[in-house]
Amino acid sequence: MTTTTVAAPDRTARNIKVTQGRVVNSEWIKMRSLRSTRYTLIASIAITVGLGLLFASFAVARLNSTGHLETDPVTLTLRGAFLAQLAIGVLGVLLITGEYSTGMIRATMSAVPRRLPVLWAKLGLFAVVAAVASIAAAFAAFLGGQAILSSKHVGASLSDPGVLRAVIGTGLYLAVVGLLGMALGFIIRNTAGAITTLFGILLILPVLGEVLPASWASHVVPYLPSNAGQAIMQLHADPNTLAPWTGFALFVGYTAVAVAVAAVLVKRRDA
Amino acid sequence: MIEAHGLTKRYGDKLAVDDLTFTVQPGMVTGFLGPNGSGKSTTIRMIMGLDAPTAGSVTVNGRPYAEHAAPLREVGALLEARAIHTGRSAYSHLLALAATTGIPRRRVDEVVDQVGLREVARKRAGGFSLGMGQRLGIASALLGDPATLILDEPVNGLDPEGILWIRNLLKALAAEGRTIFVSSHLMSEMALTADQLIIVGRGRLIADVSVAEFTRASRHSVRVRSPQASVLRDALAGPEVTVSTPALDVLEIDGLDSETVGRIAAEHGVMLFELVPHTASLEEAFMELTSDDVEFRATEAADLVGAGRRA
Repeated sequence: MTTTTVAAPDRTARNIKVTQGRVVNSEWIKMRSLRSTRYTLIASIAITVGLGLLFASFAVARLNSTGHLETDPVTLTLRGAFLAQLAIGVLGVLLITGEYSTGMIRATMSAVPRRLPVLWAKLGLFAVVAAVASIAAAFAAFLGGQAILSSKHVGASLSDPGVLRAVIGTGLYLAVVGLLGMALGFIIRNTAGAITTLFGILLILPVLGEVLPASWASHVVPYLPSNAGQAIMQLHADPNTLAPWTGFALFVGYTAVAVAVAAVLVKRRDA
Repeated sequence: MIEAHGLTKRYGDKLAVDDLTFTVQPGMVTGFLGPNGSGKSTTIRMIMGLDAPTAGSVTVNGRPYAEHAAPLREVGALLEARAIHTGRSAYSHLLALAATTGIPRRRVDEVVDQVGLREVARKRAGGFSLGMGQRLGIASALLGDPATLILDEPVNGLDPEGILWIRNLLKALAAEGRTIFVSSHLMSEMALTADQLIIVGRGRLIADVSVAEFTRASRHSVRVRSPQASVLRDALAGPEVTVSTPALDVLEIDGLDSETVGRIAAEHGVMLFELVPHTASLEEAFMELTSDDVEFRATEAADLVGAGRRA
């Protein structure tokens, strides 16, 4: 009879299996191979840096007539983050809803039918990418902006109290906004729906908070997700906001809840 | 080997898959046949762990699909709806899928060549024609060199060249000893490629038969045209015989062969203008079988014959 060679394929077979590290690698390939990912990330960086420089230039121009800065020089150069949060949030949403809208999710979940490794890989990878890009952008905006302001000797230095925290905090806030977007994308699975929800949470809730009676507002407004998260970007303590790290921790907490809901739904729902 | 036991899926009020039990044997092509909306795609999604069954279970090579250490190595699937991000190149798509399981890059090159996508592999999959999309789907299915392949409506919407390509590929893959489970709503297509048939209608199992048995069991009838049709009709009457009259001078007879009909006509002195034996095509047999699935729950070939006669 013919002898069958089982040893050779078996040895490779042991090596061929799904691992968390390999799923991360797969997600890395996916992230790099989409043009829209690159463009949206570049947009977020460009907005942070570009607006930072622009605001610094405007401030210098106005300085010539008024003689003083209207905002502190740190907050001024980091303001681009308010617009950049929309770009990074949309990117977080798209990284997952793009798979649902095209049907790619079925290929992804067939390759990794336990599903949760995909969620962790996407979140972990995007956390690193978004944090590195956003912190770098915040530093560029701050340093570039200060270079413009220093011509009028109204700039700030990284060594001034709270400045380093505000700059790094701006990058961290943007990264967490991206993760919140991604968690909402996993939960809602539809691009328009997830983006609308994200913008509602970040932009509309604070506006609604302002119509509350004053006695309520102080108990509610500082705890709204974006208000809490942005506390870390502020140089000076404001009586109406939480302490920088307390606020940021609360924002991370909200995002963690969204991630937990996403994990339960990804595991339970039909793909 | 794929084994389904009492597999059931309910979406709200609608029972998409109703208590399906079947086994797909290794080393042959099994056709999964049923009209559109009969629960084929849902069944395949449950095999692949994409949908959770409401009741029952399905295993691949002895385990639920999701519990395998390297699922892509066990089963490759071409799902009916496209499962490709339109913004990504075919090559990156395959590379990303391969990466999840540690399948080497050279295997990606192999499958790209095997399905003939070498020249467009670096182009965005969104610009692919239907046929190229199917080829890419099949390349994804072959990535892990799996012993079992599941293809949901692989020829749907393809041009004749694409259909021929799929047909030959399925035969070649089966010849390599792989288990092939291929769904279709076209009986004629299955007759050319399948060895075994699992037929479903409205989510229920109608038949689990070999193609050979199915062909043998399909209905035979005789068509007669005669000016004395009513005389002949009375002469032919018998317990196993049904006669219908589509036109005044035409009879369609089930249950007797053409020789018998001719002999009875001669014995009664009935003049015949036409005597045509008619074997139902597989397509007709399939349509007859699925036209009213409530009536047909038989899984035995013998029952199929009876079912055919009753209709």
